[in-house]
This record gives sequence, C-alpha cells and structure tokens, in this order.
Amino acid sequence: MDKMNKRKFLELAAMGSATSIMGIPLHVAAQAAKGGVLVIGSTQKPRHLNSAVQSGIATMMPAAQLFASPIRMDANWKPQPYLAERWDLSADNRSVTLHLRKDAVFHDGKPVTAEDIKFSIETIRDNHPFKTMYGPVNAVTVPDPYTAVVRLSEPHPALLLAMSTSLTPIIPKHIYGDGTDVKIHPRNVNPVGSGPFKLVDFKPGEFLILERFDKFFMKDAPKLERIIVREFKDSSSMMLAFERGEIDIHAELTDVNLINRAKKNPNVTVASMAPAIGPIIWLAFNTKSPKLSDKRVRQAINYALDKKYISETLLGKVHGRATGPIASGSPFYEPQVEKYDFNLQKAAKLLDDAGFKPGANGTRMTIDLDYLPALSEGIVIQEYAKAALAKIGIEVNVRSSPDFPSWARRVSSLQFDMTVDSVWNWGDPVIGVHRTWLSSNIKPGIIWSNTQSYSNPKVDELLLAAGKEPVVAKRKAMYSQMQKIVVDECPVAFLLEFNFNMAFNGKVQNRPAGIWGLIDGINDTSVKG
Amino acid sequence: MTIVRRLLVALGLMVAVLAINFTLIHAAPGDPASVIAGEMGGGDQAVIDSIKKAYGLDKPLPEQFIAYLSKSVRGDLGMSYTYNKPVSSLIAERIGPTILLVMTALLTAIIVGTLLGVLASLKPKSLRSAVVTVFSLAGLAMPVFWTGILLVILFGKVWPVMPIAGMYDVRNYGATGWAAALDALHHLVLPALTLTLVYLAQYSRLARASMLEVLGSDYVRTARAKGLHEAVVVFKHALRNALMPLVTVAGLQFGNLISGAVLVETVFSWPGLGTLALDAILGRDYPTLLGVLTFSSLFVIAANLLTDVSYRWIDPRLRTTR
Repeated sequence: MDKMNKRKFLELAAMGSATSIMGIPLHVAAQAAKGGVLVIGSTQKPRHLNSAVQSGIATMMPAAQLFASPIRMDANWKPQPYLAERWDLSADNRSVTLHLRKDAVFHDGKPVTAEDIKFSIETIRDNHPFKTMYGPVNAVTVPDPYTAVVRLSEPHPALLLAMSTSLTPIIPKHIYGDGTDVKIHPRNVNPVGSGPFKLVDFKPGEFLILERFDKFFMKDAPKLERIIVREFKDSSSMMLAFERGEIDIHAELTDVNLINRAKKNPNVTVASMAPAIGPIIWLAFNTKSPKLSDKRVRQAINYALDKKYISETLLGKVHGRATGPIASGSPFYEPQVEKYDFNLQKAAKLLDDAGFKPGANGTRMTIDLDYLPALSEGIVIQEYAKAALAKIGIEVNVRSSPDFPSWARRVSSLQFDMTVDSVWNWGDPVIGVHRTWLSSNIKPGIIWSNTQSYSNPKVDELLLAAGKEPVVAKRKAMYSQMQKIVVDECPVAFLLEFNFNMAFNGKVQNRPAGIWGLIDGINDTSVKG
Repeated sequence: MTIVRRLLVALGLMVAVLAINFTLIHAAPGDPASVIAGEMGGGDQAVIDSIKKAYGLDKPLPEQFIAYLSKSVRGDLGMSYTYNKPVSSLIAERIGPTILLVMTALLTAIIVGTLLGVLASLKPKSLRSAVVTVFSLAGLAMPVFWTGILLVILFGKVWPVMPIAGMYDVRNYGATGWAAALDALHHLVLPALTLTLVYLAQYSRLARASMLEVLGSDYVRTARAKGLHEAVVVFKHALRNALMPLVTVAGLQFGNLISGAVLVETVFSWPGLGTLALDAILGRDYPTLLGVLTFSSLFVIAANLLTDVSYRWIDPRLRTTR
C-alpha cells in the first residue's frame, strides 16, 4: 500500500467509523431526497422569528420561509404576485387595493384572509423599527374577506417594496391578536405563517429546522424538503464545516482569505447576494463636535483616506467602493458626486483654511475614533485611519468598545467624534436612507438614527418630497440632488459597499436570485444527491 | 445542627450572590432596551419605551431587584431579552450539555490524573515521573481556549475525523435512542478532552505530591513490613489517604471547571450554559445572565457544601471541631 493509498484508507476508515458511530447519515439522506435538505451556516443569532416586529437578517431569513407576504420582488425590482394575486393603485395614489388568492392557508390550516393583512400591516406600522415603511398608512379596510385596501395619508411610492418579503410577513390574527404585546409574544419563537416552510424546531444558539409546507399556495413549491439553519460562532469555523460538507451554504463570506479558500474548490460557487439590502460602511462624523463642525475638516479627512487602498489592498476587493448615501444597486443611486479621491495636499489645505494649522509637533488636532465592534472591516479601517490621518497632522485616538451596547451608547448619546459604522439601505430610500439624514430623526439615545446630528433644510425638503413622489423620474431627480448635497457636506465619509458574499457547494441547484437573496422564500432551490 | 447552620449560610450566600450579580450587571454600560432596539434595526423612543415597559425595565432598580428576587424564589427567572423565551426553559435546555461536559471532564481528569500521579510517585526520580511532570506542566501552561483551537485545527482540518462544533449532527435531526446518544458522544470527545487536559495536569500533580507524602508514612512502612503486596499497599492503604485532598480540591474547583466550560463551549459551539452566558453578556440579557450565574453559584455552593460535609464524614477528627 503506497503512502497515498494508506492515507486514503485511513481517511475512509475514520469516515466509516465516524459514520457508524453516528449511525444514521446514509438512510436519513435517502429519506429526505426528493428536493433535498439545505443546510445554511450562519453566525447570526435570531432573537425570535417574527420579522413583523424585528429587523435584521438573523430573523428575516427564516421568517421569509415561514411567512408569505402580499407581494414578492423579482430580480429586476418588479413586484410579483404572492399572497395578493393582483393589486390596484388608486388614481390619486392614496390607496392600494390588494386582491388576495383564496387558496392560501396558514400552517395550522386556517385560511389567510384580508383581516390578517390588515392586522399584519397595522402591527408592523405600530411596532417595526422602520417607522417610515408604513408611516403614511392611515388605515387598512376590509371590504370582503379576500380584499384589503391600504389607505394612505399621502402617496407612498415605497409601499409595494415594503409589502414584499420579508419586510411584511403576514402574521395570523387568530394567534397574534390575543392582546399580548407582539414584540414579546410567546409565539414569536414558535410562529405559524403561510410561507413555504413550517417550523419544526428552533434551538437558539444551535439550529433551526424548517420543513416543507405541503399546502403552500404556489404550485410545485417549495422544492426542498427541509431547510436547516445552523449557527456558528464565527465565519472561520463555518468555513471548516463548509469544507467538510456539513453545510451547503456559507452565508457570511467577508474575509478575502476565506473567499479565496472557497474559490479554490471547483465545486463551489461564490456569489454576491441580496443587492436590495444595500449595506454601506462609512466613517460617520459628529457634526456637533467643535473639531468637526466645519465641513472643510470633514472633507479633509475624507480626502486623506485612500478608499481604493482600503477596498482593494486592505480588504482584497471583497467589497465595492461606496460613493454616497444610496447603494449602487438601487435604481436611485447617483454616481455623479464628488468621489473624494485620495489627495493629501488638498486635505492639508482644507485644514489650513479651516484654521487648523499644524502645531510645533506637526499635530493639528486629536480626534477620537470609535468603530462598530462586530464589524471586522471596522477593525481594519480604524487601524488604517490612524496612520492615514497622522499624515495630515490629525492624531487619532482609537476607542475600542468591548461589545455592541457599549459602542451604541457612546454613539447614540453623541459622545463621539468619528465612528466606523455600517448602515443598510433596505431596498427603498424611504425605508433605510431617510433615517440617517432627516433632521427630524436626530434622536439622542437611538442608534442608527441621525447620530451625525446632520441638519440641512434643503435635504429635509428633498427627502420628504421624494418619499411621496409617485413619478419615478421625479423621485430619482430629487434623490440625485439630495445625494450631491450630502456628499458635499460630508457628514459621513462613504467608504465601502458591503457585499453579501456567500459560498454554495455544487449540490445546490437554482440558488435564490432575487433582490433579497436568502431573505426571500427559497421556493425554487433544491439540493442534489 | 452544623449542617443546618451551613445550609443557612449557603442560603444567605445565594442572596448575597444574587444582589452582587444584579448590581454588577446593571452597572455595565448600555441598557438592554437600546440593545434590543439596535438589534431590531433602530427604532425610536416610543419603541425603546415600549421595550422597557414590556420587560419591566422602566421601574427603579431596587424595585426591579425585589421583583426579581420574589419571582426567582418561586422558580420564575423571567423572560430572556435575547431569545424571547423563559429563562428557566433556556437553562433547562442548556444545563444537560454543560453537566455532561463538565462531569465527563472532571471524572476523566480525576481518574486518569490520579493514576498518573500514583505512577509518578512510585518512582519519583524516574523518567516516568519526569514525563508525567512535564506533561502536567504543559497542561497547566496551555490556556484552555488555545488547546481547544489546536484540537479544532488538528481534527477539523488536518485529520478531519471528529466533529468540531455543536452537540449533534443537524442533518440527522430526529434521530433518537442510541443513534442520538452516540452522535452526542462523538461530538463530546474534543470539548471534553480540551477541558480534561487542563485539570488532568492539576490532579496528576496533586496526586503525585499527596502520594509521595503518604508513601513516606509510618503505616505504609508497617504495611510493607507485614509483607503485603505492593499493589495493596499503594492502592488500598496509601491511595485512600492520598485521595482526601483530591476530593476536597475537586469540590473547590467546581467553579473553575464551569468557568473553563464557558471557554470550551464557545470554542466548540457546545450548547451549554457557557455559550448562553456569553450571549447574555453581549446582549445585556440581564435575566438570562442572572439565571445562569444563579445556577452556577448554586452548583458551586452545593459542591462546596457537599465536600465540606463529606470531608467531615471521611475524617473523624473533624467531627468534633467547630
């Protein structure tokens, strides 16, 4: 037996003994065949599974399988029927009538009716953190059991996107309408929906098991028999499990070394998913800080940071370069803005002009820099920023936070100068962008509000107008103008557009291709063998 | 009476532990309502206020403590902010894996460590003794998380024959009986080995020192003079007496073992109280953290109480002392 054969033999023997110790894999796999079992690895920890009152991928990904929404968005951002067969927009753009399909039932067998639509939309409006999603909704009326009319105080062009998976899960009124506060409802960890999969087991910190719902209203969907979401403590251990075939999808590939490792396997596909989420990594300034209240200082810092170097050299081209407050995957993205290309001379001049001349030791000022602790890119950026800003005489005092609460308290209570942060667009600017720039959303104590304390009446006016402008071209123009102003005033230095890279093993067929990626119903995907 | 007095002391200790834990946890920066709102995706003051109201965080701290105390004596440890489940059910789910891990490691460390210590003590200047000493020092010097990571690399990447995360193979969900038990045991190997290695070193050192002292005693010399077989002398006469400090230390070390389990559980994603505690710390999940701390304190106090009582029972000289 030569060396290789010996090694192979030992591996096979070990695998065989492991299989026999575990006892089951072969026959279990055979039983589950048909559409297969999809195992998704994740480091995200869902608090619960009810996305009507909770944002974030951790909850939204399983919720999109458990709950159906009124409509779905296709890969081209076009609304498609889901629970609603069709919908009519009134001439004055102040109401949308949803005509529901009659064959949709919840996992407990009860029919999905217009009362459930009304209950869900009102619950989301009153409890979801994205207040702007249903802010203009005055009421939802129910003329008959399969028709719901969403009535608006003003036109709301983001409404259809807001009604898509998984921003609007339709939750059963007969379960959640029992008077208990929905945010802490006990059924949030054991929900009943009308989505393609029903819940079998949820062990927080371990796994989540979903099983095909045979009475799902879409014909021949879903393909999979079962989805298992397995939690990992970090991306590296998840990669080990992926390489060992324990999981089929590595859902959080952000490290270039891990991406390259995954790409080495010819049976693995690495793809960037979910363009609608639109996460942007930026360096936010506290515009009320005396050192940073002059926009020339903020611009100088922006010019002193080499975004290309951060994106390409430090982070291995994993993420794209961000140029403004709206991500480039959005139809409202404006590319014609000041890019703040690396320019130390310009940065130094701006600081001189702002009155921050170098002192005897060459230092112009000292600024605190915080960073979101869970963001691995933040660690790289703060290390780089300290060295980069020293070149223009700015001494950076990096402040590490041990955990999210510590960082959130500093930033939300405005006890910071600059912070590396990641804020997500969530499809339509009304949902994920307005909150950062509207002066009415300067709310100390609230993280991911306008913590820059940025205030510009013109920007407010443009955002409020664009938020209710039904003509797409006019909306685009308003957002374009807003982006140019915000980028010029530089309350934030836009650094990276975060890519949701995922690795799929060769067995996964028809991976989700919509704008929401895995946070949409996984109806067409199957697992071979 | 002594036992009753000790039980009362233990009870007082539990209340004190609860009070200290409650105060320390609430002194940490960042409040849970903001964390929950942050995890929800932001939200406004109304959302934060409603979260505070829902979890009783809008009340003054002393009032919260009294409410917590009165509920916890009735077995109600509150709702987890992080997992939206009753803390008691979370602890009930997680305590089994932790006990399995800790007890496996403790028993293995005591048995194997004692045997190694005995072997080393029989010929203290031999190569065998030196090997045990070096092995012990290495085990003591290696941080538990580092040992765990090395084992993950070794058995996860280099020679991938052992599971490196979790307690079950999720693809086999639904397996019951022997299949499930063997699957769990297979997953237990690396975390238990990691935790064992550290404590094995301590017990082998302790057993060696204790045996060396006992083997030099008059009654051992007498036993040998009587012509008893060496194995009887070592295991019946010497080891029984040398075990006393080992038993005491095992009880005292129970707390250390649980803290070691936090690290091991984290490295191996073992679904025990340790990972639950870590998540609770990071999420400012006060009820869960308090619940876990209360439970582990209870274990430590009970283990110490038991050790104390058993020590008095084993050594008659201590029964008359106060």
